[in-house]
Amino acid sequence: MADPNTLPANATTGAHGERIPTVIVDDVHLVYRVYGAGTGPASSPVAALKRIVTRQKQRPTLRKVHAVKGVSFTAYRGEAIGLIGSNGSGKSTLLRAIAGLMPPNQGAIYTQGQPSLLGVNAALLGDLSGERNAQLGCLAMGMSPEQTRKAVPEILSFSGINERGDFSSLPMRTYSSGMQARLRFSISAAKEHDVLLIDEALATGDTRFRRRSEQKIRQLRSNAGTVFLVSHSIGSIRDTCERSIWLESGEIRMDGRTDEVTRAYEEYMASR
Amino acid sequence: MANTAVADPDSDLTRAQLAARYGLTVAGARPTLGAYLRRLWAYRHFMRAYANAKVTASFGQARLGQLWQVLTPLTNAAVYYLIFGVILNTSRGIPNFIAYLCVGLFVFVFTSSVATAGTSAIVGNLGLIRALHFPRAALLIAITMTQFRHLLAAMVVLIGIVLVTGEPITAEWLLVPPALFLQTIFNIGLALLLGRLGSKVTDLKQVMPFVMRTWMYGSGVLYSVALFAQNLPKTLANLVELNPLLVYIELVRHALLENAPLTSSAPRLWLLAIGWAAVVGTVGFVYFWRGEQEYGRG
Repeated sequence: MADPNTLPANATTGAHGERIPTVIVDDVHLVYRVYGAGTGPASSPVAALKRIVTRQKQRPTLRKVHAVKGVSFTAYRGEAIGLIGSNGSGKSTLLRAIAGLMPPNQGAIYTQGQPSLLGVNAALLGDLSGERNAQLGCLAMGMSPEQTRKAVPEILSFSGINERGDFSSLPMRTYSSGMQARLRFSISAAKEHDVLLIDEALATGDTRFRRRSEQKIRQLRSNAGTVFLVSHSIGSIRDTCERSIWLESGEIRMDGRTDEVTRAYEEYMASR
Repeated sequence: MANTAVADPDSDLTRAQLAARYGLTVAGARPTLGAYLRRLWAYRHFMRAYANAKVTASFGQARLGQLWQVLTPLTNAAVYYLIFGVILNTSRGIPNFIAYLCVGLFVFVFTSSVATAGTSAIVGNLGLIRALHFPRAALLIAITMTQFRHLLAAMVVLIGIVLVTGEPITAEWLLVPPALFLQTIFNIGLALLLGRLGSKVTDLKQVMPFVMRTWMYGSGVLYSVALFAQNLPKTLANLVELNPLLVYIELVRHALLENAPLTSSAPRLWLLAIGWAAVVGTVGFVYFWRGEQEYGRG
């Protein structure tokens, strides 16, 4: 068995033609704990006092949401994998867990290097300018100050937020949601990642930016990374991914070639 | 299940064995204490940039802008002087009460704003935590650095007040930086402690204002520290003298003011200050590090 660390960085297979895994998800369960979900009489002060007096164990304001239930799969180098499923099926939660941002409650996730997650609801600091956010994002990804200085202008020009005047010096809260998503995608794409997780980031950009970002994803893939893409746009999944995983209520419903999985998914959605 | 269609020489392995064979690591695993310290050091540029950005953004929406860095401590001092110095007249027995009050107030506000911000740091920055991977302690240290910048502005005001009220410039002023350095270490530890506690105990945020107010009255900010020995039973007064905030405030008072009353001798104060910084700094860091994987769960 060849040591995987001695292989060329962009090789997708090892010495004997076996594929190199980059992400291994092993029977993972993820549970959210939500506070303050109680409504009606259960959340009144009197009810809260009663609970304390009667020493009721489970707080009704605390609810558990079992978002991912026993998911297993292996992703390999050079793959782009689409994650599809209806709203609330656990796609984004699974990505967070792969990124190591949410520890699994059960099971384990193994990754190569540090995957980075890129999501539309991943808020940076709204009070700061786009340029400052790009700078902070680069530093938070572990770049040195010199690398950051070089990367920031590239990020701003790739995101195209300055195309209609000087927007990069305005606070990020003044941006439209599309502009915010574009800037965030550009920040994440500025670094080469072993594993890149993209959460519906392409859905908000305009056509031109989508073309550009799809090109960027292909480039990241050719550097032998693995890309996960969560999207409700079946079109962009078909364009960028050859393998797809269909999640439904936190379980894998299908895992295979994108054309087969998306066809089954569309039939399923049409029948509901 | 996944990958059953692919003929693979590794297919007889369990997933954990496969991961070990290709050198994959557990996602988001907690690094060792040493590795965590090294990662934090590597993120020093991030912390500095974050603190700078926060200071700039904190008065960004006010018309007077950065002037508020100086105006906030000045106004604060004026209000407390009006109530405690003029109306309640707690200044009896203290020479130069204005300077005495301002030292206590500014040093206290440094710790109390770190504590308040630290308690909600994890919950309030969940978006950032779930988006980017950085050692989470960097966030709490950056918060302390932000407040330290505000303290520096307040110290400029304070030096002005001290000079205007006629205190001489002495070599003892050089003791202010080491005292504030020890307080900063103490504050980082406190922020880390409260950061992890606040992420688990969501009610802590509601309790903190009351804790801080009690702490303020126990730190001799607004009246002479001699009142503790006069009015409290002996054991309780001894306990109050150990209060870390009282210790840091007294050190700065001792350095800047000629005739400020002290609860204990200066060497004892220095020993207490070093002890508190070492204990709270270490305990806070280890306690926060032990929860490192869980902060993204919310």
